[in-house]
Amino acid sequence: MSKARTSIVRTGAVHFALIAYTLVALFPVFLTIANSFKSRNAIFREPLAIPTPESFSLIGYETVLKQGDFIGYFQNSVVVTVVSIALVLLFGAMAAFALSEYRFRGNTLMGLYLALGIMIPIRLGTVAILQGMVATNLVNTLTALILVYTAQGLPLAVFILSEFMRTVSDDLKNAGRIDGLSEYAIFFRLVLPLIRPAMATVAVFTMIPIWNDLWFPLILAPAETTKTVTLGSQIFIGQFVTNWNAVLSALSLAIFPVLVLYVIFSRQLIRGITAGAVK
Amino acid sequence: MKPRETTMDVSELKRPRRWHILIFLLPALIVYTAVMILPLIETLRQSFYNTVDGQYAFVGLGNFKVLFGDPRWAADFWNALRNNFFFFLIHMAVQNPIGVALAAMLSIPRLRFSAFYRTAIFLPTLLSFVIVGFIWKLILSPIWGVAPYLMDLVGLKWLFAPWLGRPDSALIAVSLISVWQYIGIPMMLIYAALLNIPDEVIEAAELDGVTGWSQFWKIKLPLILPAIGIVSILTFVGNFNAFDLIYTVQGALAGPDKSTDILGTLLYRTFFGFQLQLGDRSMGATIAAIMFLIILAGVSLYLFVIQRRMRRYQF
Repeated sequence: MSKARTSIVRTGAVHFALIAYTLVALFPVFLTIANSFKSRNAIFREPLAIPTPESFSLIGYETVLKQGDFIGYFQNSVVVTVVSIALVLLFGAMAAFALSEYRFRGNTLMGLYLALGIMIPIRLGTVAILQGMVATNLVNTLTALILVYTAQGLPLAVFILSEFMRTVSDDLKNAGRIDGLSEYAIFFRLVLPLIRPAMATVAVFTMIPIWNDLWFPLILAPAETTKTVTLGSQIFIGQFVTNWNAVLSALSLAIFPVLVLYVIFSRQLIRGITAGAVK
Repeated sequence: MKPRETTMDVSELKRPRRWHILIFLLPALIVYTAVMILPLIETLRQSFYNTVDGQYAFVGLGNFKVLFGDPRWAADFWNALRNNFFFFLIHMAVQNPIGVALAAMLSIPRLRFSAFYRTAIFLPTLLSFVIVGFIWKLILSPIWGVAPYLMDLVGLKWLFAPWLGRPDSALIAVSLISVWQYIGIPMMLIYAALLNIPDEVIEAAELDGVTGWSQFWKIKLPLILPAIGIVSILTFVGNFNAFDLIYTVQGALAGPDKSTDILGTLLYRTFFGFQLQLGDRSMGATIAAIMFLIILAGVSLYLFVIQRRMRRYQF
């Protein structure tokens, strides 16, 4: 009896603490989105209220969409992120296959070499990266960003994917070899489809830092035509510091794609972190 | 690591030169080497060169001497280094305990809504620094008054101050914003470690009468130390490479009065120049080299000392 009661009290306390922290985590996001739909007066008079028919206003969104080329920024971000992820997955899976499937001299060394980049941030090479991009005329192109992000994503992708590739059955691959499939066909037709779940995990892990990066867009591609959403909103919001409607709407527009993607991929992501990443 | 299969010998006989291995490796190797490794080496090399009398020349450790001792550089550098360590310490002191506590609560068996809590608490980690920085700038702004209003509800309004604008509190405020954003990562990694503890261990502890708090301290905490180690080294690398949040919240000058300047912002200003200051490639490379050495030292310490000691706890 008394044991049951203490456990109820304990569960209650745990829920209370978790709800409290959940509020801390969600409140700022809620506050921004709620206020972006309000008129300027309502933002200041009652910041915590949700928009009502009287206080509802889209003036902030109108300003943002009229002034900044948000659609263009958005396209740039999508192009950079999608192409980089595709290259990271393709090149990463190929290298992971070579490392996990074949025995050759220098295999371990190659694995270590590729793993270096997991811990050493690519940002530290910025000085020479910029020089290289200037020399090859790639400054202010999306190609520069794609190259950097591909290099940045490869180490972790190779590491995770080669762990998964070791679990693909050898019998299957050998059956393919006996049927006369080339090594390329074995990789593309047998192995790749089997490691799709791992590829999805790697894709999510690769995507977040690319989408959110400010450093390389700022340094390698700050031109108006190549701005990403992150850099675009940084500069845009900086210009509108006193126009609260515009600032809140710009923030909400920047949050929105992340929210949608998170709702779609959260299970994949959380499963990836809790299974593959710790060991 | 599992032994690799041996049947490759068959294809080895068929194809004495296995070009496909090279073809599989080459794209990754080229991009990685050309865009990451070579620039890194080149940056380290440039930290030993500078312009002397209009000539680009090898100066040995000259740049480092200037950075550590020259009055124009040393004050900024040591300030940034000190701030960076402080930034890291706040992360360790706040992020890890809260992360462990959240993970411990989430891992209680049959806890309802735990998937919802997990998803919600992880959300800020996915937002970009730009979003996080501006949101908190608005919330903490005395003009909008959300923070004082909320503090008034719990009777703490007198505690409110424009924290981001005051040199003595700005760094703490920025660090806490960063902790708020990143708490999801320690939470998830430690949560996974807690779930990985075998049931037999917990059952054995319960049979011996070790339950509740003492079970957590005596059984679970030692077992999740490796996960805490991973979290710490990830935090270390992330913190000594941080830039975006401070740039967004406080600008490239890392104000007020450089009180939030860390190595990342110093590197940006030095390499790229800002306002009246001209960009300096050699000194930028030198600061990057210092950051590289600090991160390398931290990672080596983790790999060769901490992780080795911890191995005995693993299954």
